[in-house]
Amino acid sequence: MQDSDFITLEKVEKVFEVRKKAGFLKRERRQVRAVDSISFTVARGEMVGYIGPNGAGKSTTIKMLTGILMPSAGRLRVAGIDPSRERTRLAHRIGVVFGQRTTLWWDLPLIDSYRLAHRMYRIPDARYRENLDRCVELLELGALLDVPVRQLSLGQRMRGDIAAALLHDPEVLYLDEPTIGLDVVSKAKVRGFLKELNTERGTTVLLTTHDLQDIEQLCSRVMVIDHGRLMYDGPLAGLHEAGEGERTLVVDLERELPPIEVPPCRVVRVEGPRQWLAFPAGQSAAPLVAAIAAAYPLVDLSVREPDIEAVIAKMYAEKAVS
Amino acid sequence: MGEGGRVREGARAYLLIAGMWMRSTMAYRFSFAMTTFGNFTATFFDFVAIMLMFSRVDALGGYALPEVAFLYGLSAVSFGLADLVIGSMERLGRRVRDGTLDTLLVRPAPVLAQVAADRFALRRMGRVVQGALVLGWSLTRVDIDWTVGKLLLMPVILVSGFGIFCSVFVAGAAFQFVAQDASEVQNAFTYGGTTLLQYPPTVFAKELVRGVTFVLPLAFVNWLPATYVLGRPYPLSLPEWVAFAPPLVAAGCCALAGLAWRTGLRSYRSTGS
Repeated sequence: MQDSDFITLEKVEKVFEVRKKAGFLKRERRQVRAVDSISFTVARGEMVGYIGPNGAGKSTTIKMLTGILMPSAGRLRVAGIDPSRERTRLAHRIGVVFGQRTTLWWDLPLIDSYRLAHRMYRIPDARYRENLDRCVELLELGALLDVPVRQLSLGQRMRGDIAAALLHDPEVLYLDEPTIGLDVVSKAKVRGFLKELNTERGTTVLLTTHDLQDIEQLCSRVMVIDHGRLMYDGPLAGLHEAGEGERTLVVDLERELPPIEVPPCRVVRVEGPRQWLAFPAGQSAAPLVAAIAAAYPLVDLSVREPDIEAVIAKMYAEKAVS
Repeated sequence: MGEGGRVREGARAYLLIAGMWMRSTMAYRFSFAMTTFGNFTATFFDFVAIMLMFSRVDALGGYALPEVAFLYGLSAVSFGLADLVIGSMERLGRRVRDGTLDTLLVRPAPVLAQVAADRFALRRMGRVVQGALVLGWSLTRVDIDWTVGKLLLMPVILVSGFGIFCSVFVAGAAFQFVAQDASEVQNAFTYGGTTLLQYPPTVFAKELVRGVTFVLPLAFVNWLPATYVLGRPYPLSLPEWVAFAPPLVAAGCCALAGLAWRTGLRSYRSTGS
């Protein structure tokens, strides 16, 4: 294994057999291809966003990469280890954060969960101290260590979970929806920490998310999966083009006016003095704004990014046509 | 890692996790005291029911009260110990259903040990203490013609019974990988099994006795070795040495349960949930 193919998937498949009731005592068997022949490699130290709609196969891929699930076909290696065959050996080298399930001990002070990790992972004392101190400082956990986990807020708990996943110096960190349900401040803290972890420590990070901002601020590379297939693999900017996404200008005029006519903008909605104009995501907004301001009595204006679901939906629709 | 290494790793993880659960329960001291007391009382009344029965009859299936107490004590102690150590495995189905089993699979420790230690509850000690008291009382009352063999057999009975019940718990949990709501079925074999064993085999139909001898070998927990110690005829016509078979039966059951567990875990990891 080289650093360039630290994580390798070759034509990995995962087929689930679903049994459905089809009348009295009769069961219909149906095969569901959750992951359909996916191949990619991730280099050591990369930070990759893994996105897609619900049920696209994101979590299934993560579960195969952590050794929770066995692939139905294909070859899969993480740090040279076959995850499903050597689950416990791999566990020492990876960290996993499940956004919606805490691994912390609910009724015990936060520090107790870390002490358990210290012993369970057999982390050398000095190393444990050092890692804990660093996490406590960067994730601002100092005041929370003696608080029972059940009393922590969602954002505090997420920070606590991230720290718990890093005490044993994992080379890879998997995060499944790390910012789900967090407020703006907590999201910023989590993102800042992950960025630091990746640049300073060189930890490889693979995260799934619904939040496009997570990807924008953290990942140089994004992979889109839908219906178990890899639809896109590359930089985020390219994704917009690939999906022919549109951005939206929300324009507030002084008074109600007929729809604005500034090509290539297309008015999609009018509500009193406010108008919504769609334009290609690849185009700069500045000249359009200038053109509108020159011809119309402009009061206020904002630009909205296309949301990830819309981009993927569009991408998928086009694939289906071609 | 060899098999010995895995067992050592598992025991270590078990102790670490059980320790955490004990500390968790201590977060609610009052509740712990109440449930321990409740557990003890509930099992205590269990035996009171048998005593009340004997206020009406002198013998049950030919067994007097101290002899029934002897059977009761042996069954209660071995079951109580198994329940204390791995009884929480019946919750596995819930973990499979809500997906929290995944968090155990990413830790560097055998899953069986982690699941066995899950929600470790010291309050279950109540049943062991009650069983031991009944057993102790019966030993002062029953008329046993003690030999060295019978003396040595006593601890062997308890350890083997513990092993047999443990394997029932593990096999039941393994089945929950397939059917997540099967914990009630498991309870029928564990709690139901121990209740069955508290009465003399002579009060049950031959078919049932055969079933728990040859199919689900619960008879080896106390019936067969205890009838030998008490110097009574076996419930079925069996050779005398079966009284000394419990360790073998327990080892066989554990091996089968281990196999069932592996199969169950493999099916989870290949089907997901």
